[in-house]
Amino acid sequence: MFADYSTSDLIAIFAMQGFAGLILFSVFVLMALGLAIIFGQMGVINMAHGEFMILGAYVTYLMSNLFSAYMPALFSMYFFVAMAVAFVAAGALGMLVEWALIRHLYKRPLDTLLATWGLSLILQQTYRTVFGAREVGVSIPDWMMGSLPITDLIEVPINGIFVMVLAISISVGVYVMMYRSGWGKQVRAINNNRQMADAVGINTAWTDRMTFAIGCGVAGVAGSAFTMIGSTGPTSGQLYIVDTFLVVVFGGAGSLLGTIASAFSISQAQSIMEFFLSGSMAKVLTLLTVVGILMLRPQGLFSLKLRK
Amino acid sequence: MLDYNNKNFVLMVEDLTVSFDGFKAVNDLSFYVEPNECRVIIGPNGAGKTTVLDLICGRTRATSGSITFKGQNLLKMREDQIVHAGVGRKFQTPSVYEDLSVFANLEISYPKGHGVFGALFFRRDAAVRERITEIAEMVFLTEHLGQKAAFLSHGQKQWLEIGMLLIQDPELLMLDEPVAGMSVAERRKTADLLNRIIADRSVIVIEHDMGFVADIATRVTVLHQGQVLSEGSMEHVQNDPKVVEVYLGH
Amino acid sequence: MHPMPIKHSFMTRRDLVGYAILAAIIFIVFPALLEPFRLNLFGKYLTYAFVAIGLVLCWGVGGILSLGQGVFFGLGGYCMAMFLKLEASSPENTAIQSTPGIPDFMDWNQITALPWWWEPFNSLAFTLVAVIVVPVVFSFIIGVAMFRRRVGGVYFAIITQAIAAILTILIIGQQGFTGGVNGITDLRTLNGWDIRTDEAKTLLYFVNGGLLFVVLLIAQFVRKSKLGRLLIAMRDQEDRVRFSGYDVANFKIFIFCLGGAFAAIGGAMFTLQVGFMSPSFVGIVPSIEMVIYAAVGGRLSILGAVYGTLLVNYAKTSFSESFPELWLFGLGALFIAVVMAFPNGLAGLWSEHVEPRLMRLWPGAANDTAASTAEKTPAE
Repeated sequence: MFADYSTSDLIAIFAMQGFAGLILFSVFVLMALGLAIIFGQMGVINMAHGEFMILGAYVTYLMSNLFSAYMPALFSMYFFVAMAVAFVAAGALGMLVEWALIRHLYKRPLDTLLATWGLSLILQQTYRTVFGAREVGVSIPDWMMGSLPITDLIEVPINGIFVMVLAISISVGVYVMMYRSGWGKQVRAINNNRQMADAVGINTAWTDRMTFAIGCGVAGVAGSAFTMIGSTGPTSGQLYIVDTFLVVVFGGAGSLLGTIASAFSISQAQSIMEFFLSGSMAKVLTLLTVVGILMLRPQGLFSLKLRK
Repeated sequence: MLDYNNKNFVLMVEDLTVSFDGFKAVNDLSFYVEPNECRVIIGPNGAGKTTVLDLICGRTRATSGSITFKGQNLLKMREDQIVHAGVGRKFQTPSVYEDLSVFANLEISYPKGHGVFGALFFRRDAAVRERITEIAEMVFLTEHLGQKAAFLSHGQKQWLEIGMLLIQDPELLMLDEPVAGMSVAERRKTADLLNRIIADRSVIVIEHDMGFVADIATRVTVLHQGQVLSEGSMEHVQNDPKVVEVYLGH
Repeated sequence: MHPMPIKHSFMTRRDLVGYAILAAIIFIVFPALLEPFRLNLFGKYLTYAFVAIGLVLCWGVGGILSLGQGVFFGLGGYCMAMFLKLEASSPENTAIQSTPGIPDFMDWNQITALPWWWEPFNSLAFTLVAVIVVPVVFSFIIGVAMFRRRVGGVYFAIITQAIAAILTILIIGQQGFTGGVNGITDLRTLNGWDIRTDEAKTLLYFVNGGLLFVVLLIAQFVRKSKLGRLLIAMRDQEDRVRFSGYDVANFKIFIFCLGGAFAAIGGAMFTLQVGFMSPSFVGIVPSIEMVIYAAVGGRLSILGAVYGTLLVNYAKTSFSESFPELWLFGLGALFIAVVMAFPNGLAGLWSEHVEPRLMRLWPGAANDTAASTAEKTPAE
């Protein structure tokens, strides 16, 4: 199948597809990070994660309209404001959900799964009622348009680079928060031994709520970034939820590095195969490979052998 | 030391090691259990006592070494195969099926109908009922046969779990802290029960209660940091200076 | 306390009454009250009940939550649809195609010969076997791969969900072989018998109900056997079961395959009753919706699964007809309510609230009730 292409063509194809894969990778990382916090650290399955992400996307859409209507002068910077608002909005909704639903279900993971699925249906219908069933897109500021030519054949879109930079900075932020801050230590302590954490004076209920809220907030930022490369509809989040869970599980729940590595391999595999096969077959093959590997190695790529 | 070569051991644990990410929970451990012996394993927390039982019954896989039970290599067998070979295990926290009746708890442990279709077409005949009644009497639960196990007291759950093992009639019975959390009266009853049931089989017991240990032990093995620190009669280990140091010195 | 007699007979008097009432509803009340169009609709609901019964055994009793039951429903349904489609695509019927004698969607996709794996579906006998065997083999492979490696709980749920997603993408992507997103439509006859007439649909409704009772009785037998009690034991204390000498994986594989077979029968009946099969019954969304049928009925109750399915689907149809935008709110709230407030579903409401009141009016049956409620999960 490579015979029809010259070497330089092939390099360009791989580079461009590789870059497209990097954008997909960034989206996966952004979505999976929030889930890795919530699922990996708290063991909670949040099937509404995609809807939290879409909340961030709709917030960005609103901000884009708001700025272009009332503050056109500041429009080029609206995206940064939108990201912050998306984080706060999704985080606040996360806190509410943790308080109303999740905290009652910590010992029943399968029930959490069903309840959050119910939540996701409600959120989808809410979006449909408020924003309409049609997909909406945001206006991208001028500086994010266009692309950077690298060679004659290879050029990369600026919004893609922006999303990547965003993914990297948020990953670093989450890493610092989980492994370098006192709060992260508390979260991990609770994950290891809830009763003991309680006994040494960690406010486990509050830490749980904050952890869940931050995971949702990161999803909101992911949604914000998502608007830079695609349009937003009420069910856009649901399309990604299975991929996102597979990314987290494949990486080995609880391992941040694993999540990133698995997001990288899945997105690269998919986007390179996409060029040679149809999009759907590329996706089928990628997912099948992931499921196959998970069947052979259920603990995921990165995980420790622990004393039971 | 005893001469181990001429004896006919039920269980031989030799050079057993298991490491969890470099931490050796059990380190080059060897010990031997004779027929009809009641071996008590004691040791400070984290000495690897429960891990040893986990290794014997197949719950944890060994890194190296061997475990031989009546000439069979247990390390190559699945948990259920080890049970069928004749090894029974009671867990530290009582694990009974809370949603099922005491009768059903014992019935599930009855050594018949263990395949999928065997279980599907299992008939509760007179022999089954008789055996369950007999065991229930031994473990003081005759009155509770129809009750859901969730409603039993902590001590009664421990007895039920012992009963669930007895109904399998294992040649090697392993009990992890059988009297933990029991009242004094319950303890006395349990010691009595154990003395009756260990008569015709080998038993390994993990226990902290020294009075209880003295009551039942044929021989005592002291574990420390995954290795045998001392082994012999109760009296022997109690007077062993190494044991005294580990228990009192820290 | 006096030693209680321990009864685990196949069916208590209480069960028998329950089955008799359901039989009366399905075979007498519905056909008497509903016009053919509605009866056909209820026939469609009944095909989902097959899946819900399997889920009660797998999830409620065995603790294995599969979010991919649509896969087995779909495989059963597609096997049946392939046979019907081939029968509908005789060279006379498809004379206007560039390649007559193959299904229309193949022709639209420039396929000129029937793929080899479609060939055996010319035979009804083969199809009837395949309806069960294909999904069971598939569930067996998944079961062996997962349960032998002791994957369970949420991991199993996520992976079965991923499999549902993969199969949907595959079916939609390979439209030349599968009919794509529209599915296999325009099915006409079963061995020459027109399945589109009102009379045929009514007859199929009764066949459907009959098969449902066969499946119900199999489920009841499994539930009341020692295997049924073992599943409960495994759900609560898997290690203890293992150390009582059982190879736990075998039991999980068995019950998962059984659930898959039930779903497949439902799928095949769906194809016959409704007249088409499409990927919209295979994927993530329908698969998880099937779980709510079992949950609403009461995840431990076999009969409840049927009532739950009928109720949720009836509500869905009614809402979608009058207030389509409200349905998702309702369904979402149902998921949350059934988890948070009514973990034992309709069956729980019945045995906790309705039945005690009935018993006061009719005290004779009280003993039976005590025995059969002994194995319910307490609602934490």
